Amino acid sequence: MDSGGGVSRREFLTGAFRSRNLALAATGGLAWSHVLGESRETRGVVRPPGARPELEFVATCTKCGQCVEACPFDTLELATAADDAALGTPYFEPRRIPCYMCEDTPCITACPSGSLASGTAIEDARMGVAVLVDQESCLAFQGLRCEVCYRACPLVGRAIRLDLRPGERPGQPVRFLPLVESESCTGCGMCERACVIEKAAIVVLPLDQVRGSIGAGRGRGWTGEPVISRDFDAPDAPPDVPAFRGSPERALREINDLEGIEGP
Amino acid sequence: MSWIRVHRYTLGRRSVQAGILLLFWLGAHQHLGVLTGNLSGATVFGRVPLSDPYAVLQILATGHALAATALIGALIVLGAYFVIGGRAFCAWVCPVNPVTDLARNFRSRIRPSGRLPVDRQTRFWIMGLALVVSAITQVAAFEWVSPIGLTHREIIFGPGLGLLAVGGILLLDLYVLRDGWCSVLCPLGAFYSLVGRRSIVRVDFDPARCDRCGDCVPACPEPRVLRFEALAASGFIDSGDCLNCGRCLEVCARDAFHFGLRFRRPRATDHEGGDRNAN
Repeated sequence: MDSGGGVSRREFLTGAFRSRNLALAATGGLAWSHVLGESRETRGVVRPPGARPELEFVATCTKCGQCVEACPFDTLELATAADDAALGTPYFEPRRIPCYMCEDTPCITACPSGSLASGTAIEDARMGVAVLVDQESCLAFQGLRCEVCYRACPLVGRAIRLDLRPGERPGQPVRFLPLVESESCTGCGMCERACVIEKAAIVVLPLDQVRGSIGAGRGRGWTGEPVISRDFDAPDAPPDVPAFRGSPERALREINDLEGIEGP
Repeated sequence: MSWIRVHRYTLGRRSVQAGILLLFWLGAHQHLGVLTGNLSGATVFGRVPLSDPYAVLQILATGHALAATALIGALIVLGAYFVIGGRAFCAWVCPVNPVTDLARNFRSRIRPSGRLPVDRQTRFWIMGLALVVSAITQVAAFEWVSPIGLTHREIIFGPGLGLLAVGGILLLDLYVLRDGWCSVLCPLGAFYSLVGRRSIVRVDFDPARCDRCGDCVPACPEPRVLRFEALAASGFIDSGDCLNCGRCLEVCARDAFHFGLRFRRPRATDHEGGDRNAN
């Protein structure tokens, strides 16, 4: 029954399976998906602390802006149509206002959707990663004792350390080059903010734009990870290598047999 | 009748709409803690979460997990609109409503020629389609293009290109389709009209007072809910499409309409019997 006008549920559902309506819906759905797919392919931005991986983040963020309001430093902004991020999602520009890495992370606490994962300690946040993008304009590479980014870093000595490079020829000074440790960098952007030159030589970039991935197929022998991961048949010993026969005593005697080493 | 009397609910609605925007704005800019966030997700007095249940549904359709706060907020909002009528959101809260009301006003004056044969059920299609597209593209489909969210966000957090969308809606409603956005296209309105199908607060109708002058019909944003026979039978507007906006109450010279509750209907049974026989 539908006493107030309009179409009843049954009428709607039977109408729904008319081919014309289905065709319209399918066309509309395809166009809609296409538009969303296009607009999701952004160049990437620096996200608030605790942000889940980008695709998951844009899927779950409700664009409510409560993280923006919670930030005591007015760091965060919601993206408008003119910005590079998905419309309405929070991001920040470290050169304007960086993240001051509050211990109590009010932005994460304010997030109702869990797009900013609750319980993220601020030092574990990965908002982006600092990259020294232009050595040519970095004063440290010119031989000046700048070190401003190094000292501005909240994790001084851990996220940015100084790499001492002796001069390559007489009279050339020792250079103190800033080196970002990606493992520790939170992407807060204090370094980018602090960089003294007109356009920062060190900038925070979106995580997935910068970081490589070794991948599962490649073992790293020097870290103790197994290089060979699957079972195989051991080859027979080469015929010219005599098999070891004997006892511990004989082994000791052979090891201690210094003949031929000491000489006659 | 004085102008104020004929617009008493409209004035009330404008105050509520403006008040909500103002509280959100103060929350964002003056750190007043009454309302923080926006219509997609908010916190009342720093404690009670609210979230847009349709947005939450779309996010769930993407297959990603959502924190409990957002889910609880959605349930609270659903419960509230189940009581006061789903589309009360459209009439009393939605920031697009003043724009479409304005368009309806002007449209009745300029009377543009031509009609687009667009099915009024389109909004239900869009509503369902948004969930399917959300599942396919892994993003909340309507939330990404919603002119409602856009307008609201930009009023609170500063303007962007999004106010163009409002201009688009105005032109659509003015020249292309009467109430084109709210009654034909908007999936959020469609969602709320499902929520309010059996809502508790409804507009009561007293057929004894009605002289069938028809003043209420052009004033109503969803005139198809004002069918005399159906109203006389049930004693109230029993449709999820009704906005509970109070326009019919304002314009009725004989006070045939009143706000009431679904289960407290004085004369409904008599009329129901009578009308069934007549039909």
